[in-house]
Amino acid sequence: MKTTIIVNGRLHDIEHDARRTLLETLRDDLDLAGTKKGCDHGQCGACTVLLNGKRVNACLCLTAMHDGDQITTIEGIGSSERLSALQKAFIEKDGYQCGYCTPGQIMSAAAMLRELRNGAPSYVSEDLETSELSDSEMAERMSGNLCRCSAYPLIREAIAMAAEVEK
Amino acid sequence: MRNFEYHLASSFKDVTNGQIIAGGTNLLDLMKIQVMAPDALVDITRLDGLSDIQVEGKGLRIGALVTNTALANDARVKAGWPLLSRAILAGASAQIRNKATTGGNLLQRTRCPYFYDTSQSCNKRNPGDGCAAKGGAGRMLALFGTSEHCLAAHPSDMAVALTALEAEVEIYNAARETRRVRMQEFYQGPGSRPDVENVLGKDDLITAIVLPPPRSGERQIYRKVRDRASYAFALVSIAGSVAMRGETITDLRLAYGSVAPHPWTDRDVARILKNQKASNELFQRAADALVPETAPHPDTDYKRILLRRTFIATMRQLTGLSDPEGSDIARTN
Repeated sequence: MKTTIIVNGRLHDIEHDARRTLLETLRDDLDLAGTKKGCDHGQCGACTVLLNGKRVNACLCLTAMHDGDQITTIEGIGSSERLSALQKAFIEKDGYQCGYCTPGQIMSAAAMLRELRNGAPSYVSEDLETSELSDSEMAERMSGNLCRCSAYPLIREAIAMAAEVEK
Repeated sequence: MRNFEYHLASSFKDVTNGQIIAGGTNLLDLMKIQVMAPDALVDITRLDGLSDIQVEGKGLRIGALVTNTALANDARVKAGWPLLSRAILAGASAQIRNKATTGGNLLQRTRCPYFYDTSQSCNKRNPGDGCAAKGGAGRMLALFGTSEHCLAAHPSDMAVALTALEAEVEIYNAARETRRVRMQEFYQGPGSRPDVENVLGKDDLITAIVLPPPRSGERQIYRKVRDRASYAFALVSIAGSVAMRGETITDLRLAYGSVAPHPWTDRDVARILKNQKASNELFQRAADALVPETAPHPDTDYKRILLRRTFIATMRQLTGLSDPEGSDIARTN
């Protein structure tokens, strides 16, 4: 079957099996290997991408269900020559050890900062109307991204640094 | 994953062509490990009229395809039914909530490990197969409403809130009729057929959830106890909404999560509490009525203690006996 998706601003016609997940399409059909396969069950967040601007687990998306949709991957938010604020901050703060979860962490953090700016509450928000970027808010809002090296404190420092830059 | 035919539904009549998929966050997970292996999937995500939240009377009609995120963030929901926002935000991760839908949440399957493990017997997965949870490990299993054929608990947070809020499920069928079923009557206990979990017929489609008018001035809570602070299923949860006059509880609605095959309610507990002055003694007495004397599985015996303590702490918070501290409590406008 055939599906058309827009990845990082470029249109792609994909010829694929019905079982193909968006994660497999990105990595295997489009050679965009920045998006990682971790658990393949939506538990670890290594495959986090933006789907029409919202963060999702690419492993839990069927490519067939996303005809015409816009996808942004880690390759779409910066390059080696022009790093995004989040990428720079992760390097500066050493927000990783092995680095395998990092693309998912960064995509998730990019969406998270936007959600916060738009006033979306979280489980730890004291009231449902306003919330600020505290350490506990970050921990809660990033809980869909696991880091088996447990670099969490430095990941949160990197996100806080990038959030300051973007202000 | 077993291969399947993919159909994109363009009208409601297409939904009879196979297993319905919307967010897919639970279904695809189960298909990958072949706990579910449908011959055909019907993608309903492009159907019109299922993605809006509309005012209906003084209540809300929430389309079945509204995402968990959109529902939790809705200004009307946050003001009138804050318990629902709190419950949704207590569940899953931001990524999952962006994809998971209102209708799909009601239909998510149990997280019993024996349901997930195809090398083990499970009456829910394979009727008549037996139940490996009996005699197995089972600290996530249910306390109430089990049968000799199934001990599994329902994992939803959102459905517990919807039950406490006395929501209704709007269902469309192949004969083009629409009916509404109260949350309390939507689910079915396991009995001898644990594979049948609700009143939906083969060709039925959930089209919306309907919230009754909000009750102003009530204090609402969704309190969830879990193994880690975030992104974990509940061991025990309680959704509650309470109206007070002075120190007297004038009205209350409570539902309990992760303790039964569906969101649990208990009329006797509500009767004990209603029109009574809030006190520790009262809550102890209500907890005696709520908590069963034995657990159906030795590994869930701890849930008896946990449910009792969570119930008392929740009631103290809701009635102002303890400081209404924490982010899980809110007051309706």
